[in-house]
Amino acid sequence: MRTSFVFSEVVTGLRRNVTMTIAMILTTAISLGLLGGGLLVVRMVDKMQANYAGKLEVSVLLTNDVSANDKDCTQQPCSGLRSALEQTSGVESVVFQNRDDGFERFKRIFEAQPELLKLARPEAIPATFRVKLEDPERTDVIRQAFEGKPGVKAVDDQGKFLERFFEGLNGLRDVALILALIQAFAALLLISNTIQVSAFTRRVEVGIMRLVGATRWYTQLPFLIEAVVAGIIGSVTAVGGLVLFKAFFLDRITRNLTESGIIPPTGYLDILIVSPWLFLVAIVISATTGYVTLRLYVRL
Amino acid sequence: MIRLEHVSKVYKTSTRPALDDVSVEMEKGEFVFLIGPSGSGKSTFLRLLLREEVPTRGRVYVSNFDVAKMSRRRVPRLRQSIGCVFQDFRLLPTKTVAENVAFALEVIGKPRNTIVKVVPEVLQLVGLDGKEDRFPTELSGGEQQRVAIARAFVNRPLVLIADEPTGNLDPDTSQDIMLLLERINRTGTTVIMATHDHGIVDSMRRRVVELSYGKVVRDDARGVYGVGR
Repeated sequence: MRTSFVFSEVVTGLRRNVTMTIAMILTTAISLGLLGGGLLVVRMVDKMQANYAGKLEVSVLLTNDVSANDKDCTQQPCSGLRSALEQTSGVESVVFQNRDDGFERFKRIFEAQPELLKLARPEAIPATFRVKLEDPERTDVIRQAFEGKPGVKAVDDQGKFLERFFEGLNGLRDVALILALIQAFAALLLISNTIQVSAFTRRVEVGIMRLVGATRWYTQLPFLIEAVVAGIIGSVTAVGGLVLFKAFFLDRITRNLTESGIIPPTGYLDILIVSPWLFLVAIVISATTGYVTLRLYVRL
Repeated sequence: MIRLEHVSKVYKTSTRPALDDVSVEMEKGEFVFLIGPSGSGKSTFLRLLLREEVPTRGRVYVSNFDVAKMSRRRVPRLRQSIGCVFQDFRLLPTKTVAENVAFALEVIGKPRNTIVKVVPEVLQLVGLDGKEDRFPTELSGGEQQRVAIARAFVNRPLVLIADEPTGNLDPDTSQDIMLLLERINRTGTTVIMATHDHGIVDSMRRRVVELSYGKVVRDDARGVYGVGR
């Protein structure tokens, strides 16, 4: 097989249908960009789950009365609550944090936002038991046992908050993936259409090729490669788009969240890890669509 | 070389068979005119040889190929041993004369050095040396048909099929084309030519197979177009 010949046919084909080719590339690129975005969110959630898995705590917040008068947790009901917590099965450790410690911690966490610190008063921070569980999923045990007990203001489950946050992120991921799927469908139709148009504009060539005894592969390969080349250009465009999106948009809007360690930053490495998948998806989809189109709709 | 045994072809869209129990044999190196009015089955006959169609009944043999029964994968091999020329030339307008001829070799994967050697040879054979770099639109009808013949012959086929090759040409140019086909025939290539051209058939005095309503109604070794005309 003469590769130079096949490739010159491919270039001619792409050039001849330049508007269709551009449409095909852009649709593919947007679809893959959304897919890449979805995959980045998946990576972010995974990283966050790993980050938080060992750190999740249940906070048992104490009432104002206890917070103000029992700095070392030596009196009832505080000391009773502590021993009850320590004796609950599944509890790994219990740390008492009085109002002053809590306020210090608050100041540390929000040192980047001085206007928030100005508003804060130690009186607003309750004394807290920070309870670490052996199995971070089983927070309900603590909640059921301690909510409403004397001296307890509330049981605050970080896991519940995080779960809601993850739900939000997963929702974002699902929207990205659904849009990616819709776009992929449009890309698929465009690829199929482009190949049909391409085959039609080259029907004389193809007719001659068949007549002089070119093999099926020889007649079909240019069309197939055309689709795959467009797919690859599409995926390169998509990766470029993701890089630009990160550099000019994502970094700016998530700076506060990443700096305070709430969400892990998305690096260029993440994009690099996601991009081979985009290439793979582009190649597989364009080649399959091309092949099926040639088999079903184009008589070569 | 070519043998049809009780071949019938019925198209789905038609009730009357396009070919009806046709049995013909053509030897290697023969020059055969296939004549008959439009719709008599000439084109179907030629398409069966190329395996553009499969017969409804009967067997078709071309060289060593059992055409009707062969697998799709072997069809390119069959077609490489058959050259084709048409009334409308079917040249690629974006390619030059030499490129049009080379195209037939490129697409069957012939190596570059073979192509640069044989293309000028065949262009000389058809009398187009010096016009290699012209485009089809810059040529006369006769010259365009010569390019088409060069393309059909460049791979040295065993059989050359010509479907009304002079249909678009004036009588003088037609004569030139016939001389060229005769020359190709003298190299041992079997030539099968479907035509309506009385003058040519009568002057050449070659074998004539006449079809009518899908049947062979006449097969003369040295025939003329119309009996008694």
